[in-house]
Amino acid sequence: MNGPRRAAEFTVLALLALATLCAMGFIFVYAFFSPGGMPNALLGISLGLCLIFIASALLVVGKRLVPNDELEDDYPTEHPEKQAEVVEQLRTAGSLITRKRMLLGAGSIAGCALGAAALTPVLSLGPFWDTAALDRTPWKRGVRLVDETGHPLAAADILRETFYTAFPEGADPEDIGSPIVVLHLNAADLRMPPDRSGWTPRGIVAYSKICTHAGCAVALFRKPTFPTVEPQEALVCPCHYSTFDPFTGGTVTFGPAGRPLPQLPLQIDGAGHLRAAGNFSARVGPSWWNVREEPT
Amino acid sequence: MSDAGDGSVGRPAGKDPLADPVRFIDERTAAAPLLRKTLGYLFPDHWSFLLGEVSLYAFIVLVATGTYLALFFDPSTAKTVYHGSYAPLDGQTMSAAYKSVVNISLTYKAGLLIRQTHHWAADVFVASIVMHLMRVFFTGAFRKPREPTWMVGLLLLFTAFLEGYLGYSLVDDLLSGMGLAIGYGVGLSIPVVGGSMMLGIFGAPFPGNHDFWSRMFIMHVFVLPAVLATLIGVHLALVMARHHTQFKESDRQTNSRIVGLPLFPAQTFRSLALMLFVVGILFLLGGLVQINPIWQWGPYEPWLGTNGAQPDWYLGWLIGALRLMPSFDVTVGHYTLIPNPFWGGVLFPLFVIGVLMAFPWVERWLTRDTAVHNLADRPRDRPFRTAFGLSFLTFVFLVFSFGAADRLYVLFGLSYAAQLTVFRIAVFVVPAIVFVITRRICRELQLAESLDEVHEQVAQLNVEAHEVQTETTNSG
Repeated sequence: MNGPRRAAEFTVLALLALATLCAMGFIFVYAFFSPGGMPNALLGISLGLCLIFIASALLVVGKRLVPNDELEDDYPTEHPEKQAEVVEQLRTAGSLITRKRMLLGAGSIAGCALGAAALTPVLSLGPFWDTAALDRTPWKRGVRLVDETGHPLAAADILRETFYTAFPEGADPEDIGSPIVVLHLNAADLRMPPDRSGWTPRGIVAYSKICTHAGCAVALFRKPTFPTVEPQEALVCPCHYSTFDPFTGGTVTFGPAGRPLPQLPLQIDGAGHLRAAGNFSARVGPSWWNVREEPT
Repeated sequence: MSDAGDGSVGRPAGKDPLADPVRFIDERTAAAPLLRKTLGYLFPDHWSFLLGEVSLYAFIVLVATGTYLALFFDPSTAKTVYHGSYAPLDGQTMSAAYKSVVNISLTYKAGLLIRQTHHWAADVFVASIVMHLMRVFFTGAFRKPREPTWMVGLLLLFTAFLEGYLGYSLVDDLLSGMGLAIGYGVGLSIPVVGGSMMLGIFGAPFPGNHDFWSRMFIMHVFVLPAVLATLIGVHLALVMARHHTQFKESDRQTNSRIVGLPLFPAQTFRSLALMLFVVGILFLLGGLVQINPIWQWGPYEPWLGTNGAQPDWYLGWLIGALRLMPSFDVTVGHYTLIPNPFWGGVLFPLFVIGVLMAFPWVERWLTRDTAVHNLADRPRDRPFRTAFGLSFLTFVFLVFSFGAADRLYVLFGLSYAAQLTVFRIAVFVVPAIVFVITRRICRELQLAESLDEVHEQVAQLNVEAHEVQTETTNSG
């Protein structure tokens, strides 16, 4: 009878000793190693094993060294007589008031007013009513296209089958109205909407880089390496694979996006630099209630 | 009356190491009856009842490791230039938030261990809640009187989704920024109020102004953890008020009598052991299995994105839903009413939580069963519920799986476009098939059991008949 219990006690002792060693190991590794890959593994192993050894010791105690009989008890039940007492107390509380409905009404109104007053400072969080802010972009006629380092883009430097990201000169590049994709396509292949003639000098096209679906960057350029793989170059958003056709004005050819990628009309100035010839063809960024699908 | 020599009245304290503290506590709080009841609280002994406990312990790890991380994390989008130990990022402009997490990971001793353990704990937290939810669903433990416990648990789960999402969004690495952009797009898609709401939350159009990071930070480290802790408290209080359900393993378990191990000592040691196992395994994972190596992703800018991006597993069902939706915005003339992300990002999760919230009440209404249930069902004994649950789970799981379709393309070369077509059909067809098959299996299992019972009874009768015959023969 005592044999197995003694064995269990020794097991617990051994496990606790191992846990102590692991904890000391953790302190040792922390003290004598510099941060980096391997010490992290050692830290994890020593601390993790320390905890697991203590857990095992506790399990042996719980299963072998303390009373382990399953007991019985009544499930709690409801108390109808107490319920009646509560109802009675609630009822008597209001028995002296004659204009109950009026007072309740006034109380609710005051409560709502207080709630409204308490919530008013929330309006300072942001420009709630200025939803036009969602549509503003730094682009207008004459703004120069610059790259990430602020250098203007020359039309002659835009190569075929290459994907360029550009920004409006002097604007905040983080503004989601700012980043655009610039591509040099074969001018003969372009099938732009008729009202966009002259938007693509020398076959250079520009689109907003922000997906109209959920606002990710349209960061992928699908270029058919072999003619049989995919029909044509396309712009793809890596988040949900909305795919836009740069030859036809940014129309959606695949994926969940509900409207085309807004196109930026381009022109080339006397110095050969690319400039915007106006604002985008449509609102930039993910769609929202009331967003108009055509230029404003 | 009082015998001066008898020490039983007004015996000086400090003699009995157990009785004295208990008396001290009871004399000050009058809590001895409560203490007695608490120590004797019974836990039915079944492994599946431990899943909820696992999530509780993961939450404790999250609070502890999260507090440590907050000692180093800088919730600021102010631009700084990195000059640290990680050469590939040297000289790069990044936010102070991202820089501080890179430093936690690569410069501070034990920082990476704590950060990775925090991330693993978040994944395990949500995973164990989902497993626990499945156990409760398929055993009918959500029935009266435990419907409120079920609903509080669901609120907990959905709060945990948001908490986890904010956690990895705070880091401001490339992947977290992409996730945040999607969150903004989904929020913007809510009809009528979406635009104003997002301007309020972000303080400005995406990526928001500098206040936004302070807002995410306080939500992630205080508001939502406080909400989670409160919900956990209510959940546990509700559990204790009506006790656990139990399986009918013998005649001892009835609808009015609970059988189990008392809180002290048997369950205390088991639960503490489980807690330390969970914590230990999380630290082993944090030390040995890399998770979200943010220094490799680089800083986020709104014009950057990367292919093959995946969220943490528990948001996979939402990215799947966003990707599965056919391409359309609901428009009137040139005006948009409901933009596309609304379906997958808002309506789909609302639908799932709505179905789960309503299920106890719908089942009650369908079965006209208003009784108190303390005995857990075996899934086979409720063919409709089991079949419905499994088919609903299949539906959500298929949507979830499609979230990884780009990974399936890379791994197995399955065309993404083909997968899209297949999944759009499968999410409706497969759950229907699963429903029919599951219901059939449940019924067959029941039938097989009742056949077994009949066989046993026949065998018993044969034995008895034989005995009677023998007796008759003997007496004759």
